[in-house]
Amino acid sequence: MLEVEAVEAAYGPFLALSGVTLRVGPGEIVALLGPNGAGKTTLIRCVTGLLVPRAGRIRFGGAGLVGLLPHAIVERGLAVVPEGRRLFGGMTVEENLDLGAFTPHARAGLGRGRERIYEIFPILRERRRQLAGTLSGGQQQMVAIGRALMAAPRLLILDEPSLGLAPRIVETILGVIGEINRGGVSILLVEQNVQAALGLAHRAYILEAGRVAGEGSGPALLQDPHVRRAYLGPLASLPGSRPPLP
Amino acid sequence: MILVQQLVLGLLVGGLYGLAAAGLSLVFGVLKVLNVAHGELIMLGGYGAFWLWVLLGFDPLLALPLVVAGALAFGVLLYWGLFAFVVRAHEETRIKNSLLIGFGLALATHALAVRLWTADERSITTTYAGAVLSLGPIAIPLVRLASLVLAFALIGALHLLLQRWRWGRAIRATAEDWEAAALTGIDVRRAYLLAFAIGTGLAGAAGTLVSVGYSISPSIGLEWTLKALIVVVLAGLGSMLGTFVGGLVLGLAEAASAFAFGGPYREVVGLVIFLAVLVARPRGLFAR
Repeated sequence: MLEVEAVEAAYGPFLALSGVTLRVGPGEIVALLGPNGAGKTTLIRCVTGLLVPRAGRIRFGGAGLVGLLPHAIVERGLAVVPEGRRLFGGMTVEENLDLGAFTPHARAGLGRGRERIYEIFPILRERRRQLAGTLSGGQQQMVAIGRALMAAPRLLILDEPSLGLAPRIVETILGVIGEINRGGVSILLVEQNVQAALGLAHRAYILEAGRVAGEGSGPALLQDPHVRRAYLGPLASLPGSRPPLP
Repeated sequence: MILVQQLVLGLLVGGLYGLAAAGLSLVFGVLKVLNVAHGELIMLGGYGAFWLWVLLGFDPLLALPLVVAGALAFGVLLYWGLFAFVVRAHEETRIKNSLLIGFGLALATHALAVRLWTADERSITTTYAGAVLSLGPIAIPLVRLASLVLAFALIGALHLLLQRWRWGRAIRATAEDWEAAALTGIDVRRAYLLAFAIGTGLAGAAGTLVSVGYSISPSIGLEWTLKALIVVVLAGLGSMLGTFVGGLVLGLAEAASAFAFGGPYREVVGLVIFLAVLVARPRGLFAR
């Protein structure tokens, strides 16, 4: 569904991605892991059209994405929940959601889509007239996910959706991501919470210093000693010390 | 009573300051481009109405929608010709580039207007131009009162447009965070184009009202750009109604200072307000 092939990207002289190749198949949840500065967000910027890669190919549903403007990529069915949520804080929850269905393709299903978001996140229905900037972090993340879903995507990219949220909220959000996936939407999940991401994902890639340093199925990477040492910390090396997330 | 009379006149001209500032504020807030030729666009709008009246005998009230329509179209051309490539730059470099383009545009427009229409002051003097509404000792020029009402109506319409219209919301979203807007599926360049065209349309409307209640000449541009800038700083970005109120405040402050210190200080007070607001409340009086 999404194929990223040998993508290179640079900010000025600084090479942020040096030949990244990965793919997300239909119906898959794929996690993208790696330390800060590894190039995860840069890769997302390339895929969503905010940054034009210096080399390489990005294909979605068989068609090339490089050179398309972001809104045209959304129109093709690829939506993103950006890092830091990036809500329109001066607008109401409902206005934020409605803007998510801005493309002609999504506009037809606006009313139905909004109902669906309110079913997934009932609290948003109560808060629909509230300014998005005044919501709690968890609720803002719900609006951000809702806004992206309003575009009726076939592939949803989430950039650090659990960042800065309370564990209970993280659980809710991850549960919803699983639910969205079961509804037929492919997921590319960029996460710092490695344990949670690997528990949810079918497959994962590890990005280090601008290249793919490892890939495998979620459970396999969870057992990988390098991954455990690098990303899960000393506690995680004690088997069963943390309960697996649902 | 002289003070009250002055304040009334100040309030009336303040409505036009608000209208002039609304266009500048919209363009600045959305495109992050400072169009210092905004006053020249107002001047052109004024001449548009003036010539429609002189050559075709159009009443300014009839000319207003025509001038606005013409200004909208002119705004589209101006955006494509001059500003479309500025907004491709990074946000911080946009202002610098737009200043250069704006000053160039202002100088060229000014010179062209002198060439075409001479440097004479003109104004539209309709048969009802001298009509006055008397409230005891206070005289309210009807044309200027009508201008204030029209200016308020236009700002109200703009406010509704930005709240309700699909693309109005897209323009607000782009003003808040253009990347997030693009990722939401909004064609940001279209939002820029629309905002710029609407800003130019507002300048056309302001120019029409200036040519009726006051006077126009090729050199009024800088003065109006300055007033609009002061109001934008005063009111902050984001709210068109706030901008209108900011215009009224400036008009009243000018009138009060002209009364207290004499006519020449009228222009000074605006700049003092400008500096004071920048020091004390750099995001504007009405910013949230």
